[in-house]
Amino acid sequence: MPDQDSVKIPVGPQHPSLKEPESFLITLRGEKITSASVRMGYNHRGVEKGAEGRTYTQDIYLVERICGICSHAHATCFIQAVEEVAGLEVPRRAVYIRTLMAELERVHSHLLWLGVAGHEIGFDTLLMYSWRDREVVMDLLAEISGNRVNYSMNTLGGVRRDLSRGQLQKILKDVDVLEERTQTYIRLAQEEITLIRRLSDVGVVTHEDAVRLAIVGPTARASGVKRDTRKDDPYLAYGELDFDVVWNEHCDVYGRTLVRVGELMESYKLIRQIVKAMPDGPITVKAPRKVPAGEAISRYEAPRGEDVHYVRGNGTEKPERVKVRAPTLANLQAVSHMLQDGYLADMPIVIAAIDPCFSCTDRSVTLNRLDTGGRDTSDWSALRKLGIEFYRGLGVDFAGLNRQLSNSMRRT
Amino acid sequence: MLLPLIQLLVFPGLLFLAVIGLAGEFADRKLYARFQNRMGPPWFQPLADLIKLMAKEEVVPTEADRLLFTGAPAFALTSVVAAFLYIPVWGPGALLSFNGDAVVVLYLLTLPTFTYFLGGWFSRSVYAMLGALRSLTQLFAYEVPLFLTVLGPCLLAGTWSLSELTRFFGAHPWALLANAVGFAMALISLMGKLEKVPFDIPEAETEIVAGSFTEYGGRFLAFFRLSFDIEMIVGASLLAAVFLPFGLQFGPVAGFALYLVKIFFIIAVIAFIRSAVARVRIDQMISLCWKVFAPVAFLQVLVNLILKGVLFS
Repeated sequence: MPDQDSVKIPVGPQHPSLKEPESFLITLRGEKITSASVRMGYNHRGVEKGAEGRTYTQDIYLVERICGICSHAHATCFIQAVEEVAGLEVPRRAVYIRTLMAELERVHSHLLWLGVAGHEIGFDTLLMYSWRDREVVMDLLAEISGNRVNYSMNTLGGVRRDLSRGQLQKILKDVDVLEERTQTYIRLAQEEITLIRRLSDVGVVTHEDAVRLAIVGPTARASGVKRDTRKDDPYLAYGELDFDVVWNEHCDVYGRTLVRVGELMESYKLIRQIVKAMPDGPITVKAPRKVPAGEAISRYEAPRGEDVHYVRGNGTEKPERVKVRAPTLANLQAVSHMLQDGYLADMPIVIAAIDPCFSCTDRSVTLNRLDTGGRDTSDWSALRKLGIEFYRGLGVDFAGLNRQLSNSMRRT
Repeated sequence: MLLPLIQLLVFPGLLFLAVIGLAGEFADRKLYARFQNRMGPPWFQPLADLIKLMAKEEVVPTEADRLLFTGAPAFALTSVVAAFLYIPVWGPGALLSFNGDAVVVLYLLTLPTFTYFLGGWFSRSVYAMLGALRSLTQLFAYEVPLFLTVLGPCLLAGTWSLSELTRFFGAHPWALLANAVGFAMALISLMGKLEKVPFDIPEAETEIVAGSFTEYGGRFLAFFRLSFDIEMIVGASLLAAVFLPFGLQFGPVAGFALYLVKIFFIIAVIAFIRSAVARVRIDQMISLCWKVFAPVAFLQVLVNLILKGVLFS
């Protein structure tokens, strides 16, 4: 190797350990990581801009597709903001159904994470088992909503589907199965020696750093930051339900695993309470097509952490501005800090431990030069000009060809 | 003239080893899948993979050293096949044997790891280079316990020939019990040699893509994969010859059936271990090998020396 002391290896945008495009440039000294930099912007989809061009009802389905895993989280977070601006009072049964979906979604997200974590540390058996068990909750979601992901349960002023008594009974029965399986994973996390040794003291974020870097969700709760939007700022039905915030002070990936497995148990507890307390009544109120002028911020504890949506209405049927802060954006900053001075072997699990969702968080970045005031972006006409000049450099002039073509067409 | 050629290429040489190697790979994959609650592949899957790879276009990176890049897979294959000729299979004697062949077999089994290193290093890709470095680092970790555990029984039998060794243990079968711990250590070291979980550090997919084999494809990769399969069989045969040399006096047919049972037992144990644990880190592996396995292997040697002094002097 030309430079033996430090090697730069690119992890991403395409890499087996990443499920979505994101780039980590890692500088190595032997097996130790000396520095890591994160670069995003590979999967920017312009959802916020797209939302401004659609009606509120259409936006629900657009926003739901921000994330494939926490789709209900984004849709509910968005709709809460819209309903606040519109001043809609959602029926209690609808609120409970939304909460139920939210917790079922958390269960499937955390089980998914457990499998991914297993795969990242080369423990494929854990992946196979936890994803097998995840099918139980996926089937349940499909039975309730007709879809495994993107449930489309929300609508302005309520939910679109009601739950029958039989479905509620089925939920209770399946939760028993899931709880029994989750007990196995808790035992595994407490006893399996290679698992504990691979996860302990890896990707350390101290309590002070967690607060300083403003990380959220299970990642923060494993560093002793006892923060959970469901408890701190109750939304949906969480104010009426009894549950504990799972947290610990391991400050490493092992702690994050324990938090997620513990949250699974809390979710089962919540689901049982919701089913028992499910109120009767209508599931939706009539919502106006036009939303009055006004703005609202909505907070929601998604499986990955706190999700924030901002909506501003201007009296028309389309929002004037929608802003999304997915939890991964808050956590992504901390990844390079976590990777620092770690081993290359721990890189995949450290990245996976924040449960990243890169597409949800992705945004385009524009840099303004302070000295000349210029920008590093290209608009359509600049791109066109660049293309013409590039081909001119190669000796091809499409401008002339176009003229010839149009002339010949005029002649005939 | 013809007989040695047939012995080298057909039985018990390349063709026989390829067939049994693919069968071993199938057994390993199927068991691994069943332990993970999956269906697993059909019986012909390893062969189908091999044929598919053989038919694919071969790509040599422009940066790579062409000779070593293309030569490494062939070296890997030939060295593991050569090693097999000295291991007793269906009877107390191997095809070829001389006093010192135990060392030669261990040496020939070390060669493939060097070819993985050379192939990866001369691919000139960062992932392949890291994988190459890791397989070499790992070599220094597991090789010492493996050599030491094989040394024990050799000392007890007072011979350096694997054929002599099996004859000795055939005469004193109870002496095998003294090496039970050594067998366990050798099995785990073999997993390091075969780069299986928890020691698949050199080809850790989620970290360095495919390690040394990142740039390999087509028939070169097919050769490497086949050499891994055969290495597994040869490694299992070596362990069977050194640590489980019983039942070889019943004649070639029964001996061969028993041999198959032994190696598939070893493969099953490997599949079981690899489905039950997570991949360890390279620093953890080195400290494990040097702080735990090597001292235990030394103790094993000591036990054998004492036994020899007390019982066979």
